[in-house]
Amino acid sequence: MTDNFTTLLNFLPQLWEGIQTTLILTIAGSIGTIIIAVILGLAMTSPHAWLRIPARIIVEFFRGTSLLVQLFWLFYVLPLLGVDLDPLMCGIGALALNYGAYSAEVVRSSIKTVNPGQWEAAIALSLSPTRRMIRVIFPQAWALMIPSLATLLIQLLKGTAVVFFITLSDLTDKIQQLRQSTGDTVFAFTVGLVIYFVMAWLIQELMNLLERQATRRLGRRRPNSRSDRRDARRDAREELRLDRLKSRAAANDGASKLGPAGQGGGL
Amino acid sequence: MIWNWEFAAEALPILLRGFVNTLIATVVGTIIAAILGLLIAVAIRTLPRWINWLVRLLVAFIRNTPLIVQLLFVYFAFSDIPGLVNIPALAVGCIVIGIHYSTYMSESYRAGIDSVPPGQHEAATALSLPPVRTFTAVVLPQALRATIPSLGNYAVAMFKDTPFLFAISVVELVTSAKQFGGSTFAYTEAFTLAGIIFLAASYPTSLLIQRLDKRLATY
Amino acid sequence: MPPTENTPATSSTPSTSATPAIEFKDVEKSFGKTTVLKDLNFSVAPGERVTLIGPSGSGKTTILRLVMTLEELTGGYIFVDGKPLTHTEKNGKRVELPSKTTRAMTTRIGMVFQQFNLFPNMTVLENIIEAPIHVLGRSKSDAVAEAKSLLEKVGLAEKADEHPSRLSGGQQQRVAIARALAMSPEILLLDEVTSALDPELVGDVLGVLRDIAETTDITMLLVTHEMQFARDVSHRVMMFDGGQVLEEGPPDQIFNNPQHERTKSFLSSVL
Repeated sequence: MTDNFTTLLNFLPQLWEGIQTTLILTIAGSIGTIIIAVILGLAMTSPHAWLRIPARIIVEFFRGTSLLVQLFWLFYVLPLLGVDLDPLMCGIGALALNYGAYSAEVVRSSIKTVNPGQWEAAIALSLSPTRRMIRVIFPQAWALMIPSLATLLIQLLKGTAVVFFITLSDLTDKIQQLRQSTGDTVFAFTVGLVIYFVMAWLIQELMNLLERQATRRLGRRRPNSRSDRRDARRDAREELRLDRLKSRAAANDGASKLGPAGQGGGL
Repeated sequence: MIWNWEFAAEALPILLRGFVNTLIATVVGTIIAAILGLLIAVAIRTLPRWINWLVRLLVAFIRNTPLIVQLLFVYFAFSDIPGLVNIPALAVGCIVIGIHYSTYMSESYRAGIDSVPPGQHEAATALSLPPVRTFTAVVLPQALRATIPSLGNYAVAMFKDTPFLFAISVVELVTSAKQFGGSTFAYTEAFTLAGIIFLAASYPTSLLIQRLDKRLATY
Repeated sequence: MPPTENTPATSSTPSTSATPAIEFKDVEKSFGKTTVLKDLNFSVAPGERVTLIGPSGSGKTTILRLVMTLEELTGGYIFVDGKPLTHTEKNGKRVELPSKTTRAMTTRIGMVFQQFNLFPNMTVLENIIEAPIHVLGRSKSDAVAEAKSLLEKVGLAEKADEHPSRLSGGQQQRVAIARALAMSPEILLLDEVTSALDPELVGDVLGVLRDIAETTDITMLLVTHEMQFARDVSHRVMMFDGGQVLEEGPPDQIFNNPQHERTKSFLSSVL
């Protein structure tokens, strides 16, 4: 066991290189994802069919064909078409396209979820369509989309592991090297998985921070802190119960009211 | 010449052979994930607090770490154990992908169970039904209704993740495409066809699930 | 239904000679296969305050939404100050105006909604200055000064930097009124502005509107269930039923001496 740790200690510089590659892929991939998601997501909410339909086709295409297919396509097929990307760019590109397509759907549905009254008020103030989106609708949609984006960006982090198929030496590759030099599978992979887990946790915390900030700008408290969720569940249950009581009372009421009115129909 | 129909025709049967393994992994993986997911959801509801916390940590751990690394982990760990060396890679793949997705599906079950109105529980208690019977006969059937579309979506996601089995050299669709490309240099045909097969299988399924979701939503 | 002789004794009688502030010409509105408005023809004089009443589904809110371009006009024309709003006639054909032209027209029109619709991502002050700065091109300092005086007018001067979510419904609605007025509209549309409020908050909002009615000559088109308020502020009341004007006249006439059975039964159900 102590042998393992000495090996790990000596391996740290290499491990750090692998972590860096994974981090670069995650960060650049996330930026690409968000840019693609906003462009395609906005296009999908456009009133113009010539924007909406192509955007929808692109999204369905990249969601429907697996990440690895896209990666291999960029890596093996593009050079045949005369476009030579280095492996890192292929990795970032495939991640951004794949997760960007998924995120575009999140952007679209969040924009559609913003209260229609907000659109109407913006029209009533004669704000231009661009101003309407930037200043009124998007800030509200942004707060709605962060939790789903957080999930997708963690998926993206997990997805970065595919790049070792195209000769990139990322964290996954280094874990395998560590396994070879220690000869201890469980040790090497536990170390590796814990590093990935910590990175995922960091993404989650960062997104929570962004969400708190976004909801504070809306003058609300963050709606899904743990205690809030518990309260919301209790409230929902209570409301349901009251509703049921009320509708039962109303049904009884209605029956007794309708009765005589029905008889005195000659009014 | 960018596209060669002869290569495409040659590649198709090979790809479809690989696709059989893709389907096996998806179906077996889904079955494992659906059963294990339910067990996890029930366990989190019923186990005492401290062990419950442990289960949740483990679920979060599996959920938030890469499937590929998990595949490699289990594959190598098995190959270290003399009695397990001969387990086929595809079986390892099915098990790992099933466990990975069970952590997602358990969340769907949890949401489904939460969506059952508490009055149902109360009514069953009022009838003095034992707790197990209350759960299996009253709560679960209603919860499943809300859960099935979401399980379906995860099955589709799992289907699109099966190419990761490449990591443990299971010859599924993408691996067979890569092998074909490697020997003929017809990468364009091989990977484009692989993409089309994925799209042709996953897109209609997603649409079907969407419609099912709408149907089930209207009680 | 010709209007009768006895005009109301209001101080500011609207001028009838000038171009109408709003004119509906053969207006038709349908949602899919359901026709909500048909062959609607009427006009509102500059400075006139007109209340639309009628059972729900009679199309009165749709009229306001058409003027605000929140709904697409499916037939006919609407003119604001004599100019076409959304559609015009060219060579005997009905053609849609470019959206920029329409948007330039709507800057003269303000609207207050039942659900307030304040922007939750902006403070009260930001809500009010957004459009004057970015639509009318006013300077920020002018817009802020104007916004503050409007907030004073609606009795909320100290709430300028609050978030809308921290205000009561009545306060939010008063901010919404200030926001609409900040655009110096010639026409103000009020769509059931008190319907979403708790009864004890209705008074403040109506007070502010009364004040506007007395001190300005903004043309107002309002839909309300507050009949006393309608009687006090409007020059004319129009009773709608099934997408048509059933009868119209000064408030005294409509409320005290309605001609139609439907009007009578409607009024007795709400008064």
